[in-house]
Amino acid sequence: MSHFNATMATRARQLVALYPEARSALLPLCHLAQEQDGWLRPEAMAEIAELVGVTPAEVRGTATFYDMLHTEPVGRYLVSVCTNIACILDGATELLAHAEGRLGVRVGSTTADGLFTLEESECLADCDHPPCVQVNHRFVRTTTAEQFDQLVEELAAGGHAEDIPPQGTLVRVRRTGGLRVDRAEIARQRAEAAGERSS
Amino acid sequence: MAVTDAPRIVTARLDHADSHTLGRYLATGGYEGLRKALTMTPAAVASEVDAASLLGRGGAGFPAGRKWSMLKKDPVTYLVVNGDESEPATFKDHLLIERDPHQILEGMIISAYALQVTQAFVYIRGEFALGLERMEEALNDAYRHGAVGEDIFSSGFSLDIVVHPGAGAYICGEETALLESLEGKRGFPRIKPPFFPAVIGLYGQPTVVNNVETMANIPWIVTNGGAAFAALGEGRSTGTRLFALSGHVRNPGAYEVEMVKSSFRDLIYAPVLGGGIRGDRELKAFIPGGVSAPWFGPQHLDLPLGQDEVGQAGSMLGSGSVVVMDSTTCPVRASWRITKFFFRESCGQCTPCREGSGWLERIMYRIEHGGGREQDLDLLMDVCDNISPGVHWPPEQTTICVLGPSIPPSIAAGISMFRDEFLVHIKDGGCPYD
Repeated sequence: MSHFNATMATRARQLVALYPEARSALLPLCHLAQEQDGWLRPEAMAEIAELVGVTPAEVRGTATFYDMLHTEPVGRYLVSVCTNIACILDGATELLAHAEGRLGVRVGSTTADGLFTLEESECLADCDHPPCVQVNHRFVRTTTAEQFDQLVEELAAGGHAEDIPPQGTLVRVRRTGGLRVDRAEIARQRAEAAGERSS
Repeated sequence: MAVTDAPRIVTARLDHADSHTLGRYLATGGYEGLRKALTMTPAAVASEVDAASLLGRGGAGFPAGRKWSMLKKDPVTYLVVNGDESEPATFKDHLLIERDPHQILEGMIISAYALQVTQAFVYIRGEFALGLERMEEALNDAYRHGAVGEDIFSSGFSLDIVVHPGAGAYICGEETALLESLEGKRGFPRIKPPFFPAVIGLYGQPTVVNNVETMANIPWIVTNGGAAFAALGEGRSTGTRLFALSGHVRNPGAYEVEMVKSSFRDLIYAPVLGGGIRGDRELKAFIPGGVSAPWFGPQHLDLPLGQDEVGQAGSMLGSGSVVVMDSTTCPVRASWRITKFFFRESCGQCTPCREGSGWLERIMYRIEHGGGREQDLDLLMDVCDNISPGVHWPPEQTTICVLGPSIPPSIAAGISMFRDEFLVHIKDGGCPYD
């Protein structure tokens, strides 16, 4: 019995086929599991282990190295506030303290309703918009306390569904091309693209 | 020194809101460099890149052409492109990945052709969700366009590219840690020398690892010739470079500037670039090339933006990120925060880095937060010395990778430039800026 649902199981097999060696798919598969469950459940890690040919302990041991892979549940919205050098020069400490107050949780914790997890993050490479905030790894550019509060309200009311998918969903674009895809399919896609250009 | 009117090479398309789409890319000369490259021999393409003297744009500044020439001949070789940009205050690759992914792909395809590699990977930092989506979309479009995949533009050359997401770890920007991560493991840097990735890389096969911005320069170089690129800049620093400017400037942002022709003063103060310091306050210090670099003071403002020039002055151009700190900045807090970053991101393999970063962070924390002791400054330098003997620049190394020796510079710079402020923290039992 697969832990991945049918769609995810298909995508998991495609991911493994993409690499010369199966283990390379380990991180992408962890992201996939988080897309389905929001975090890395032990059952998911066991299945990933099977898919890439390592032990479940090796999957856990690898996953725990990476900040984005969660072996415990997180909220629907993961709010990351950067306090690294460029942001701390421009109010990050204050914004993070404000975020703790607004959400009513300390850094590293999740609100009682399971909606928000707050984390202090390292540099997110958006230093010309400090302090930098991400929600589910989307740059939201709420640099003031007022903007932050407004975003939290909108998210709690179910807003931003288009641009901020639930925690765990990283890439919504599906790969459609590649040598490991059926050759006839490549020819068909190219003919179709050529047709679009000439019309 | 001045801001020159050199052509914009990697940011040429960014004024268009749809710069990331195939349509805009093709309308602005996209994939023409690839078409030209495919009419040349692979060796001829490589020699154009060599003639350009393109220095790697990741941080170490190693010549790309020479890196390519070191690739060991083997039936199976790989090209891996490093888009794991995580050096604090560096945000140039973020911009290029999100806003012009096709340019990176075209650079990769041309490079793969020159190297005769048939499998390439672009490793993108996991936190760049939009960048990953844009790159995956661009790749799909490139396959449909025939620019990648089998028999590219009917040339007989085939290449497969995989977009690989990282999962949050600074160290994976180190090229051998990146390869480990791409193999599905913890991002532990590998011991080198003797074997660099060009000899033993991904899956033990010869591998070229290049930065995203390095790749973004390749289409222009092939289209306009290596000599035209080398004509820009001066000495070893050729072409233009994308500088990420942040901190207390009026206009923080990523600016493409001709190398060596402009100075830090131009970058920070020119109205078309940084626009000066906010509130016209005094400049206290600036970090010239990522937080691993020793800091500079106002006396360094007229240094040219060139790799050797900055190196000779005792720091590095590194990742091309410049952090400006004005007179309101607490140097202890700044240096503590940078140390905390390295503590958090140390992979834990080597004792000096794993333990040293934690000790340093705790000492820096107590100084900033009122618990500093008189002997702390000596203690800090002693621990720094154990990580990087002599604490000089360029640094000595006691660790597998350069993360360890990257820890001391901000502490050493803070203490040597602002010793009196450190002492005030200790004597007064707290931060005077609070």
